[in-house]
Amino acid sequence: MRFQLTEDQSALRAGVRELLDRRFGREALRAAVDAPGRLDRELWRALGDAGFFALRLPEADGGVGLGLPEAVLVFEEAGRALLPGPLVATHLAAGSVAGAATGETVVAAADGRLVEWLEAADVVRGAVAGAVPLRSVDPLTPLHRIPAPTPGEAAADRRPPDGGETHTAAGSRPAEASAHPGSGADPGAAGGEHAAGASAHPGSGGHPRAAAGGRAAGSARVGGGSARAEAKPRVGEAPGERRQATQPPAGTGTGAVGADGTGNPAPDPVAILLTAAEQLGTAVRVQELAVQHARTREQFGQPVGAFQAVKHLCADLLVRTETARVAVYAAAVTGDAADIAAARLLADEAAVRGARDCLQVHGGMGFTWEADVHLHLKRAWVRARRGGGGTESEELLAARLAA
Amino acid sequence: MDLSYTPEEEDFRARLREWLAKVLPTLPPKPSPDDWPARRAYDLGWQRTLYEAGYADVHWDASPTLRLIFLEETERAGAPYVGANFVGLLHAGPTIAAEGTPAQRARWLPPVLRGEEVWCQGFSEPDAGSDLASLRTRAWRDGDDYVVTGSKIWTSHAEVADWCELLVRTDPDAPKHRGITWLAMPMDATGITVRPLRTLAGSAEFAEVFLDEVRVPVANRVGAENDGWRVTMVTLSFERGTAFVGEVVACRRVLAELAVEARRNGRWDDPVLRRRLGRLEAEFRALWRLTQWNVSGAEASGGVPGVGGSVFKLRYSHARQELYDTAAEVLGSDCLDMNRPWVLDRLSSLSYTIAAGTSQIQRNIVAERLLDLPKGR
Ligand SMILES: Cc1cc2nc3c(=O)[nH]c(=O)nc-3n(C[C@H](O)[C@H](O)[C@H](O)COP(=O)(O)OP(=O)(O)OC[C@H]3O[C@@H](n4cnc5c(N)ncnc54)[C@H](O)[C@@H]3O)c2cc1C
Repeated sequence: MRFQLTEDQSALRAGVRELLDRRFGREALRAAVDAPGRLDRELWRALGDAGFFALRLPEADGGVGLGLPEAVLVFEEAGRALLPGPLVATHLAAGSVAGAATGETVVAAADGRLVEWLEAADVVRGAVAGAVPLRSVDPLTPLHRIPAPTPGEAAADRRPPDGGETHTAAGSRPAEASAHPGSGADPGAAGGEHAAGASAHPGSGGHPRAAAGGRAAGSARVGGGSARAEAKPRVGEAPGERRQATQPPAGTGTGAVGADGTGNPAPDPVAILLTAAEQLGTAVRVQELAVQHARTREQFGQPVGAFQAVKHLCADLLVRTETARVAVYAAAVTGDAADIAAARLLADEAAVRGARDCLQVHGGMGFTWEADVHLHLKRAWVRARRGGGGTESEELLAARLAA
Repeated sequence: MDLSYTPEEEDFRARLREWLAKVLPTLPPKPSPDDWPARRAYDLGWQRTLYEAGYADVHWDASPTLRLIFLEETERAGAPYVGANFVGLLHAGPTIAAEGTPAQRARWLPPVLRGEEVWCQGFSEPDAGSDLASLRTRAWRDGDDYVVTGSKIWTSHAEVADWCELLVRTDPDAPKHRGITWLAMPMDATGITVRPLRTLAGSAEFAEVFLDEVRVPVANRVGAENDGWRVTMVTLSFERGTAFVGEVVACRRVLAELAVEARRNGRWDDPVLRRRLGRLEAEFRALWRLTQWNVSGAEASGGVPGVGGSVFKLRYSHARQELYDTAAEVLGSDCLDMNRPWVLDRLSSLSYTIAAGTSQIQRNIVAERLLDLPKGR
């Protein structure tokens, strides 16, 4: 056992940090805040060039050939830098959507009844017809809400609470995913080469279905036309064929298949893990910001960080961050769905509570638009809603306990 | 990042498992927690069994990873806990191993390994708890002896100990960290009075120890005179190192038992309770990973446990209390019945945020040593 970063992994992380400092420093961040909804395509291509999206594709397919442990390090840095855009969705599409790997194509994905970056994306996975824009709490994440289905469909799509079978997300490596691109693909849509919906991620309930011998049927129906790739979707366009509730419950338990009633597939555990990695990055960053401020801001003739009430807030920031870190890294190594669920809970906590405490340490400055603290808190809130929210993960872990 | 074990490590694990399966059924029944002499005999007997099978020195000589495997497997198999051997194996022993002379190592280490002698830790005093360095128990040189007068408190296992790792003040005029000396005091020396203290759980886990002109040979001093603080820090880093590995494994087992009980008594249907259990499962999974992370870190740094132990202890103490508070929710009104499982553990868990450095002190350590925040006044 050597559960520490290898030299290569440390170098990778340092490299990504350097790239993001250079390409998306504070000025770029604040410029992005001032131009909400605009995605910097040049930056996106630079990320593509750096292998951000193709990281886990096999080298034979033009990818970088690395694994989940490397991916979480990269996403941690993205989170730390508050990098905007549908990073997870595009990364997950790298094996199946043309241009995603290089950063040419921006891919968004429906997640429950929300979809981030819908209008800026070239390709959208999942059924998003009729989606209406929200006034997003996070200036760096435009959001649309997908309309609720008719009551009948919603009820039929509900999943019993304990669906927690063992499932390894390692199975959702793109290499393997490309082996069954059919599931859910609507070859007619979007030029056909965009295997849509769950296709790149058999992890999203794919394995349990396959185990049940239902893949053939699944490929015709699962995500069916609903999980279609739409080139340049126009909001309000006629919906794709909506999946009926014929699909057996997903076994991943990481998200209810269609629990939201949209018919969109359960979130891929890998998506949840990469989100947790981004949350970890936020936790790291808010800890840095809080400690920096505590060391330099003086009151009563001493740095406020010399006051124990402040010092202990900072210590707790570190404890939460380091606990989340090992949970995220270990989940990346094992790929186990329960480890991923644990990582997400710990990382959400570290990010959200961390940002809150960071705000507190900043005093009035923390309540301003000008300080970056609120950007971290808001992004952490957005990410904490992904994949059904923490409740799903708690239920999955409870189910594991009782198994 | 690699969570897999080498073939040698897996082999060690397999042989240990096999041995445990053979030996555990032959152990005598566990003694009552109130019967100190029986507890001493039982704990020493277990250490003796380990010694004979070649596992006695796993705490000192084995790599941190083998130690992890040892603690994991013994706990999983339900083997006895270190118990009265705790200070000998995890505090005094490692300190003597690191700082003692060859003669001192030869005198004190083998009896600890063989399960023949029990040690206790005489650090805290009535007026020196968190501020340990302000301790006032005095020692004067008189020929080949130190003469010690003062009092210690919260001394676990004092009633059954043969030796006490004792901190005394040898130079009252020096700055407080510079005038302290580390002594090995025989507990049968004249002038020692042990008065048991009852814990809130009703048991007598620790005691007050009064020292009235107790003579301790100068040869029993480990490290130089007035260098005891540094010597002590070696001990404390061991205390916060791998000491809790077995307990994390045990907590995970308790959590699974709580799920079984909740299903049995119907409380599982309460989603709030169910999710609380799910969250605890996340917590203890993470604590296990943190243990592995710290062990790998120690392996890389040559075996010395680092400040990561404070991070672990903070999080773990809190998680353990949350575990048994949740157990109380699972039990419902039965949580008021001392005969029910987990009720006593709930009481014991209250000491975790106090003993071995309170949570507030751990936060000071994390903030000042890891985050480099200015020292408070
Ligand atoms: C079950 C148990 C077993 C023990 N076994 C042993 C043993 O075998 N040998 C031994 O020597 N000792 C032992 N101890 C003693 C233990 O190490 C002390 O209780 C501990 O260090 C705290 O000291 P105190 O009790 O004097 O509390 P105090 O130091 O008086 O603390 C009181 C409160 O003030 C807070 N506080 C103190 N200083 C600060 C500060 N600088 N900043 C912020 N908050 C502060 C503390 O966190 C605490 O909340 C044991 C204790 C327990 C509970």
